Parts: sequence; C-alpha cells; structure tokens
Amino acid sequence: MSRRVYVEVTAVFTPEGQVMPRQIRWEDGTLFPIDRVTDIRQAAATKAGGCGLRYTIRLRGQQTYLFLDEDRWFVEAKDKKQPTA
Amino acid sequence: MERQILHVDCNKFYASVECSLNPDLRDKPVVVGGNEASRHGIVLTKNEIAARYGISTGETLWSARRKCPDLVTVPPHFPLYHKYSEMVRAILREYTPLVEPFGLDEAWLDVTGSPRSGVEIAEEIRHRVREELGITVSVGVSFNKTFAKLGSDYKKPDAVTVFSRENYRQLVWPLSAGELIYVGRSTRQKLEERFIYTIGDVAKANPELLHALLGKWGPALHAIANGRDSQPVIPTEEAAGVQSVSNGMTTPRDLTDDRDVRRVLMVLAESVGRRMREQHFVGRTVELHLRDNQLNTRTHRVTLDHYIQSTPDIADAAYALFRESYRWKRPLRSVTIGVSHLEPEDIPTQMDMTDSAGREKREQLDRAVDNLRERFGDHCIRRAILLEDPDLTGESLYETHTVHPTGFSGKTDEIGGDQ
Repeated sequence: MSRRVYVEVTAVFTPEGQVMPRQIRWEDGTLFPIDRVTDIRQAAATKAGGCGLRYTIRLRGQQTYLFLDEDRWFVEAKDKKQPTA
Repeated sequence: MERQILHVDCNKFYASVECSLNPDLRDKPVVVGGNEASRHGIVLTKNEIAARYGISTGETLWSARRKCPDLVTVPPHFPLYHKYSEMVRAILREYTPLVEPFGLDEAWLDVTGSPRSGVEIAEEIRHRVREELGITVSVGVSFNKTFAKLGSDYKKPDAVTVFSRENYRQLVWPLSAGELIYVGRSTRQKLEERFIYTIGDVAKANPELLHALLGKWGPALHAIANGRDSQPVIPTEEAAGVQSVSNGMTTPRDLTDDRDVRRVLMVLAESVGRRMREQHFVGRTVELHLRDNQLNTRTHRVTLDHYIQSTPDIADAAYALFRESYRWKRPLRSVTIGVSHLEPEDIPTQMDMTDSAGREKREQLDRAVDNLRERFGDHCIRRAILLEDPDLTGESLYETHTVHPTGFSGKTDEIGGDQ
C-alpha cells in the first residue's frame, strides 16, 4: 500500500503563470532535482489516495508523479504506513 | 430542438470521498456516520461492501455493526465533501454554464445545442470524474429533468443511462411510481390504493382520476410520467430555488423546559442567520419543527409583517412561536428552525419607526460577529446563553451545515445518501 508523503518543493513561476517544480526535498532531507516534466493534468492519486494537479516527472531517470493539492505537494511512496494527511 | 438534459449523481458520495482519500478503506465495509456520543449515531452513507451486509442509510451505527462486526465507521468530514463537490461542479461547468446543483452530490446540466451528443458528454464526465478525482458518478441522459434523474439512478456506480423518446416506455414505465422525485410516501400510498404502482400506470391513468386523488399535482404527475416535463435547468445554487434556510439538531439530552429550548433555538438561529446573511437573503416566515422523545413530530409556522435576518430576531420569533404552540406534554428530542419567504436583502421594506435603529444595530453586530468567526473560527466569540449548558449547545452547526434544496416540489433528498 502506498502513502501520501508531503514534501518540500522548489518551484518556479513561468512567465505564462504556470508553476513548474524544479526540486524535491525528501523526508530525510535528500534533494532530488527534477530532470523533466512530461505531463501536467488534474488526476486522482490512485495508489496513495487523494487527488490534485498531477505532474509526471523524471527523477534520476525514473518516471514518477508529483501532486499539487491546493497549496501542498505530495508524492506516492511505497510504504506500509498510514498516509499522514 | 430536443432538449439534452444530464443528471449527474455522485455514487455514495461521502463514503466514496473517504475511500478515495484512504485506499486502505477500499476493500473494507465502510460507513460514514455521525457521532454516537451526541446521539447522531446514524449511517449517512455506506460503501458498496457495507451495502452488501444490508446496511442502509439512516440506520443506527449500533444496528449496522450488528450486521457487520468488521464495519469501519468514519466520522463525517463536511469541509472535505464541500471541496470535492466543488471540484465535481467545476468539471461540469466546463461543459455548460447551465449547471443546477441539487444538494452536494447531484446536479443537472442542460447541454442542448452542443455540437456533441448528450451521451458523449455524459461518458466524458463520468470518465473524467473517476480519473481526476478518484470517485465515481452515474449519469442519466434524457430530454427532461425528471427522466434524467431517473437515469442516473438506473445503473450505478460509474455508468451512463439514456432515456430517449424511443425507449422510455420500455425502460421508465416499469419503474415504481415512488421513484419519481415528486412522489413521497403518502402520495405513493394514495396511488397504490387505486392500483397505480408504476410510472407507466401513472402515465396511463385518467388525469381526472389523478386530479381527484392528488389535487393539482395529479395532472402534473400524469404529464411528467408521459415525458412532458418542461422545467428548465436553473444555474447556480441561489437560483436553484433556495426557498428556505433551515437548521436542526438532535440534542445530546432531551429538552425539558423553556430555557433549554431557548438555548437550542439560539444555536440554530446563529447558523440560519449566518447562512442567510452569506446568501444575502431576508425572510419573514419562521418555521419550527419539533420532535418529542416519542418521535412525534409537529410543525408550526408564523409569518411576520416584516423581514428578518439577524440572529436574535430569528431566535426571538422562533421562541415566541414555541411558547405559543408547545405545551410540554413530553420532553423534546430535536428542534429545527427554518426561515422561508425569502427575498434579496436589499428589498425595500417598511421601517418600523419604533425599532428601526435597533434592528440596524443588531444587523451590524451580526456582521461583526460573522467576520470574527470567519477569521478566528466559530468558537472565538459566543453568546453568554450558550455557556449555561455547553454540553447541550456546544457544537457549531455552521461548520457542518448542508444546504438542503427544497425547490423541487418540497421533497428533499438526503444529501450524500442513497437507496
């Protein structure tokens, strides 16, 4: 079962007004630069629950999702623990 | 041009939102239910799995748990349901500005004249709500509102049903007359006494007989059963016929004297008044709905000669009505205040020369209090009378209020509920 992990995100506002995430700081402090954003759409987080604006991103060559729910960012982490809402 | 009306119904809304947010719940029997300690211990919604145990909406949590010992009960999170409701409506409004919400979890859309067919739009909405929000809707597509609503109920969850002029006799007519939004229990009984059981029976009945049986509703029902329902889809919540604003509560203990009632009326008036101010309504009919500890219910109403909106005015009118009409045969279990005869608050009114200054001051005070609560929470400022017995009046109704639409022939559906 996955859980929602709320993370610190460094993002930029583009001149068009779009918010683009550039870097994620994981719970343990590790920084992950985002290589590329390949898709942005409203979507449900099917594994961890909830929904938000879903950024499909590449992190260290791996594709993953980053969600913006109102003003908080979360990722879906493979974990047995309960989501920390 | 033939109208294209959609009715979108969020399936088992509260439970779906909870399960969508917490995937651990998805394969368990789940009900969303009130707080047992304060005697609101009833099932508001259940998920599909809980439904298989025969648990029904409105049942006590205690009885539900007897049917299913592994039942997971989740307390309701109303702000969350409002958020999801708004997200669903935002999707709907992408297709047409003609969206008429009916409670939190239902809405009609009029997509007449769209280059795409009603079915295509319905399928896309169904797909999008599931993908984007993680909950499911069922959609009815038809040429009028009544049939569209029947359609959303016909096949669910996550389905689209079309009732067209070609198929409604085969599909709609066999349904029970009680499925019609206009037919409540007593109307259904009257019909059944005349061996009118299905919508088709209503359609084929003699309109004069129906008139004799049901008054002016009889011929209207006959027309509706035959697909002649021209009611428009009216966008926005306000226009959707908010005809009354009401709030009620079942109290943690029975009410035994006038003072108890006075306290509870103040809590209710606070919420009703605040919602009226928010929606910019004034009203002049005050309704009081009382239920005693034997569950006998009675309704009293009074129409004032002036419009009111402020909390103390509503509480005073309700209390006066109560004093006039209740003789304390039995303790009371629940009380509801409603204000109807609503008008926009800027309606010209005759000022009462003896009190107009006082009323203005009360209204200003109300707005100041609303403002404080908006900024610092409902408990930041409270009336002294509500401190006399905090166990009785401790809860804030405003945060959990739901707007029950009464515009549709006065029959209210249970919000978030289902059959």
